[in-house]
Amino acid sequence: MLEKETQSNVQQQTGATVLLTALKKQNVNLLFGYPGGAVLPLYDALYQMKFQNILVRHEQGAVHAAEGYAKVTGKPGVVFVTSGPGATNAMTGLANAMSDSTPIVVFTGQVGVGAIGTDAFQEADVLSMTAPVTKNNYQVRRVADLPRIVAEAFRVATTGRKGPVVVDLPKSVTQEQVTELTDDQVHLTSYQAKRPLDQAAMDEMLLALRQASKPVILAGGGIGAAQASTELRKFSKDFQLPVVASLLGLGDMPTDEPLFLGMGGMHGTYTANMALTECDFLLCIGARFDDRLATAPKQFAPNAKIAHIDIDPAELGKVIAADYPIVADAKVALEYCLAQPMKPAHDQTWLQLLQQRKAAHPYSYQESSTELKPQRVIELVGRLTKGDATVVTDVGQHQMWTAQFYPFSRPQQLITSGGLGTMGFGLPAAIGAAFATPDKTVVLFVGDGGLQMTSEELDVLAAYDLNVKVILLNNGTLGMVRQWQDLFYEKRRSQTVFDHQPDFMKLAAAYGLRHLKVTSPVTVAAELERAFSSPHAMLIEADIPALEQVFPMIAPGKSNDQMIGVK
Amino acid sequence: MMTNNPGVLNRFTGALNRRQVNIDSISISPVVDPAVSRVTMAVYLADKAASTQLLRQLEKQVDVFEVKDITDVPHIERELVLIKISALPEKRAELLAMIQPFRAAIVDVSSVDVVVQITGTRSKVAALLRVVKPYGILKLVRTGVAGFPRAESTSD
Repeated sequence: MLEKETQSNVQQQTGATVLLTALKKQNVNLLFGYPGGAVLPLYDALYQMKFQNILVRHEQGAVHAAEGYAKVTGKPGVVFVTSGPGATNAMTGLANAMSDSTPIVVFTGQVGVGAIGTDAFQEADVLSMTAPVTKNNYQVRRVADLPRIVAEAFRVATTGRKGPVVVDLPKSVTQEQVTELTDDQVHLTSYQAKRPLDQAAMDEMLLALRQASKPVILAGGGIGAAQASTELRKFSKDFQLPVVASLLGLGDMPTDEPLFLGMGGMHGTYTANMALTECDFLLCIGARFDDRLATAPKQFAPNAKIAHIDIDPAELGKVIAADYPIVADAKVALEYCLAQPMKPAHDQTWLQLLQQRKAAHPYSYQESSTELKPQRVIELVGRLTKGDATVVTDVGQHQMWTAQFYPFSRPQQLITSGGLGTMGFGLPAAIGAAFATPDKTVVLFVGDGGLQMTSEELDVLAAYDLNVKVILLNNGTLGMVRQWQDLFYEKRRSQTVFDHQPDFMKLAAAYGLRHLKVTSPVTVAAELERAFSSPHAMLIEADIPALEQVFPMIAPGKSNDQMIGVK
Repeated sequence: MMTNNPGVLNRFTGALNRRQVNIDSISISPVVDPAVSRVTMAVYLADKAASTQLLRQLEKQVDVFEVKDITDVPHIERELVLIKISALPEKRAELLAMIQPFRAAIVDVSSVDVVVQITGTRSKVAALLRVVKPYGILKLVRTGVAGFPRAESTSD
């Protein structure tokens, strides 16, 4: 009798339950996913083990939601999708996570091991297709490897320069009966996530920094990823070092900090871009000189000694040659800097100049008493949320206005698609962020183009009534591309003006979402205040002028000091 | 050096392809530890900076242990080449004399051609090919160069 019982217990173990047990061990309690034929065993096990799966409406949404979740929590986001089209639909999210170094683990279904390579129904070569858009990927060919591979996938995704990992799961593996459990010992002999800090190189760099008269720090997403914002703020303050942020570095420094010069790059502040141009020492920490920041690499920071601290050795010298290249985690490097005796040596003229410029050239826009300006909407939301909301954006003009006009106060507060520029990212990422911070208001700024790319996820928003305020800045155009056409293609607005749009209010109603349209600059403040006083999901559509531009702007290929549209 | 796992070579060559680097030759095989493979690859790059950047891109891959640019390091390299050469019987004595200094050997014959095998560095192979070209090369296959630094002390 006893023997029989034991046997039946053993029989309940399948590859799928082994996987879910391994996920529990990784403290995963929430998945974003979408079932299908090849993941039937997985979803069956999930049903029986009562694992929480957020049923998105498209696999791209699952990955972006996991990214939003990962950015907010610092924990890896986990995704289940089926084989073939399920996996290919996840590709955009993987590429996005790869670009922005977001830790996610995506489990893709696969046809059974015996059917791989036969062009079976819903078969795709996921391992080959995802190789360039993942930090690493695995195909589990024996259930015995599963616990180890899961452990390795999480290790790889969350250490070193973080990123997406795919685990391809043939159906035969997940439905296989397991009688003996194998160990989950990580066996990553060739993987080096951490390197000892080169203290001599740090000392040399700090010596040069002490001698600089116009130093500036460029802080990127690596600060947030390393949870080094506190150290950065202290380093900046103690040594009176002004800081410029990249888009993904927004929030590393509080917006109202005098030493913070704002975002640098294509749509950054005048002060930040001039500081990058005129500095004699640039300390870049956790940023990668993307072409939207170092718009003309050959003329970038022409007078500066450049120190570049990055956790990924491959970033050093990739775009800009560094005089002081240092491989390090941002927190480790900053802690070392703080432990060194250092006085603010540079004279005050540099800081005074920067303060004067900040005062004279803030971000600005033409205010209007008749039209509802997007910048005004963002400023109002910034005030209503006291600069403390989790802010998510899609991609385009509204993204840049948000970067310019929302008063960020904490790291990882802005969740945006930086490197890949993925339209459609915003809504599902906001959903993921909301699941990560049920106690905080999530604000999504999105354009009418981007919202239509993943609008199916409005249903998830409605189903869970998440505290997400979707602010649709509707200009009826693909604004950023239209802006480029106006500036560089003699206003030939090819395919960038929608001649038909859905009624977004009716769309929200169809999903059962609360909704509100704001059109008047006179009433907008009161209307937003009312909307934000409720903890419910809501779609707020703001009709904004079609031809509003994002300024300042550096034309592509021009150097950082060649801004147009500066106040 | 990289782990001998499925998909690893695909990732490795993909990283080169994505950076517009063309592989001139590549050879790969497991070393003493069957879980580890050694790749020898010949690529042409613009300068040292391009080489450094490529090494780092390859080394950051999870399955790669280390990558070395051995161009300017004393190293041993060998390639095996089979060359089918048009040679009627009356020409063969002369051909044999020509290839002897290269320590090449004839490994197959037919009534109209011979197959010559040579092992050596790329420059040695190139020299032999120059010598036999006038006879008419009918078929050529190269394994790609394999090698490692002379100073290397590991027992692989």
